[in-house]
Amino acid sequence: MGKGTKLIHSGHEVDEATGAVSAPIYQSVIFAQPDVDTVGKWEYTRAGNPTRAVLEETIAELEGGKYGFAFGSGMAAIAAAFFIFSAGDHILVAQDIYGGTFRFVHRLLPRFGFKVEFVDTSDINNIKNAIRPETRALFLETPSNPLMKITDLGAAANLAREHNIVTIADNTLMTPYLQRPLELGIDIVVHSATKYLGGHSDCLAGLVVTGKERLAKEIRFIQNSIGAVLAPHDCWLILRGIKTLKVRMEQQQQTAVLLAEWLSSQPEVVEVFYPGLPGHPGRELHFSQAEGAGGVLSFRLQNQEQARRLINSLHLPVIASSLGAVESIVSLPATMSHAAIPEETRRKLGLTRELVRLSVGLEDFEDLQADLTQALEVARLSQD
Amino acid sequence: MKLATQLVQVGVGRDRETGAISMPIYQTATFRHPGLGQSTGYDYSRSGNPTRQALEESMCSLEGGKRGMAFASGMAAVMQLFRPGDHLLVCDDTYGGTYRLFATLGAANGLKFSLTDLTDLDALTGNITPTTRAIFVKTPTNPLMKIIDLEAIIGIAKRYGILVIVDNTFFTSYLQRPLEMGADLVVYSATKYIGGHNDVVAGLVVCGSEELGEKLAFIQNVAGAVPGPLDCWLLLRGLKTLAARLEWAQASALHLARFLDQHPGVKKVYFPGLPGHPGHELCKKQARGFGAMLSFEVKSKEMVAQVLEKLKIISFAESLGGVESLITYPETQTHADVPTEVRRRLGINECLLRLSVGLEDACDLEADLSQALRPW
Repeated sequence: MGKGTKLIHSGHEVDEATGAVSAPIYQSVIFAQPDVDTVGKWEYTRAGNPTRAVLEETIAELEGGKYGFAFGSGMAAIAAAFFIFSAGDHILVAQDIYGGTFRFVHRLLPRFGFKVEFVDTSDINNIKNAIRPETRALFLETPSNPLMKITDLGAAANLAREHNIVTIADNTLMTPYLQRPLELGIDIVVHSATKYLGGHSDCLAGLVVTGKERLAKEIRFIQNSIGAVLAPHDCWLILRGIKTLKVRMEQQQQTAVLLAEWLSSQPEVVEVFYPGLPGHPGRELHFSQAEGAGGVLSFRLQNQEQARRLINSLHLPVIASSLGAVESIVSLPATMSHAAIPEETRRKLGLTRELVRLSVGLEDFEDLQADLTQALEVARLSQD
Repeated sequence: MKLATQLVQVGVGRDRETGAISMPIYQTATFRHPGLGQSTGYDYSRSGNPTRQALEESMCSLEGGKRGMAFASGMAAVMQLFRPGDHLLVCDDTYGGTYRLFATLGAANGLKFSLTDLTDLDALTGNITPTTRAIFVKTPTNPLMKIIDLEAIIGIAKRYGILVIVDNTFFTSYLQRPLEMGADLVVYSATKYIGGHNDVVAGLVVCGSEELGEKLAFIQNVAGAVPGPLDCWLLLRGLKTLAARLEWAQASALHLARFLDQHPGVKKVYFPGLPGHPGHELCKKQARGFGAMLSFEVKSKEMVAQVLEKLKIISFAESLGGVESLITYPETQTHADVPTEVRRRLGINECLLRLSVGLEDACDLEADLSQALRPW
């Protein structure tokens, strides 16, 4: 079965009893036991819910794993993946990650005795040099957000395995439709399902997938103990979103490629960051592990005033801190999605206030191009 | 602004207070009045609800109409526009539920109707009587996929002062825009392509004039067959991917129509995208595509049960226009309420199957049909 068909028929969605094509929403907290000594398949929705199970089984299937877990937000999913480790453990984290993940590992994990170290994972040697005897986890995000640096997932997984390190990859930007890290040897995949999987900016959700029973047991324990689970109706909305993932992603990616190429030729634009561009340093590596460049791109203008003006003059893209939606979204990562990263670190990474991130939606290419043209014009005039 | 852009942006920017990009779901039955004799513009959700209104206004602007209205069922509302003794001309090749509505509830309320072959303009003109009030068109027809000449029908109707009501369910305003061609009303089963996920039951009507809008708004409020706020919100959510879904599905439909056309187990394929289809050129002229619905006849009646049983990816279910591909057997299902002699005259026979092409990969759908049609 093709990957596009799998998105629509994961095999878990039809209600056997009624034949309902859409999975029923079990808005029920408890499930009655047949008698005092017998517990049925379902007990209490925090521990498990039939609608959530459909989503969890679907994402496991799509990522090529065995066990899926749904959480109330992408951060709750990422947190659950980290909480399988303990005080004293050394954790390596890709330096160019989503600001919310940075805030979590930088400010919250140390409170629990985790030793966190950031590395530029786009060079495998940096990971090798950072490994210590007490290193237990390696957290990756490729392409990185928003600078689109590429990390070699297979090489990182192999290296980690030699040192008994658990690898976690945030696959939000690519989704399993374009990239399946578990198939490259990664142990755990995490998602902000709020983005492409849900796809409509209307449902906050996170997912964790693994193929390993030992890790699944730990994550299930954390999911049930902490209880940051996704509600049944939201699970159903994410499932509904997954049904159109292929058509959304294909269309958005096609527009993103055209926009990236066009932006590269605009005099106001200093640099475009998009792995689909011929000059992108990680392009070859990216296409060896993914089937497309996705729908998010970043670009640098000459100064921060231009970037500000450009964003404020756009009519179609919504100014907001998110991505992966049907509507295009524009943001200034330095003050929005990545504001939690200290200014000095941001500067070192190149996450400056001239950098604009665009999540390309389903609007017509020509409409987006026309909108960007007029906004670039405003940005240019501000400089004159 | 291109239609695809307009579709994606439905509902965006409506909630000025918070900037929420997704239209809020106003799950409320009533609205507090600021004072005696005052209203916020909303009084009671049957008369008006902000989420439903977002859907209604979006549909109206997408269709290029004057007023949009959401119903639990659109057809029943439209029928209430007419009075006892009024005569309607109804497209003969139409969904069994539409036929049933006219034949039972319509007849009980004194409406007269004639099933008419709308591809035959002389027959149509011949059927017009002094009491004829409307022509009810569906193009492409269901399930035989005939293409009706909208411009010609609208021309005739204008001459006689008759309303033209177009069921645009199969094509949607993304592919076909009857109001811009002069039709008076467009009706939808929004359950199909508008919702697009086989998970909401609803109807929509878009009016080409304020006058009809007023009349229907009265019926909507008085009869009260409105969809709930959550269903309206799900329809808005569906609209956002309509262009992407329909483009993909119709490309697959063309692929499958060609495949079936060449298949030895298939007698005939009804799809306007095939050059041999009698409405092919007309469809190109009045629509921006051929849609994703097709019907086909298998070689024998016995094959029908086999095909329906053996299909794995394509579900045997009554509906269409969703992300999942569905197949139905008009003879005993969607068109069972149409009298047998009418079915036979039209060409709906015991070998005919109707396929709604979804978003699965076309090669998987082809393989599924191929294995179900074996040993042919």
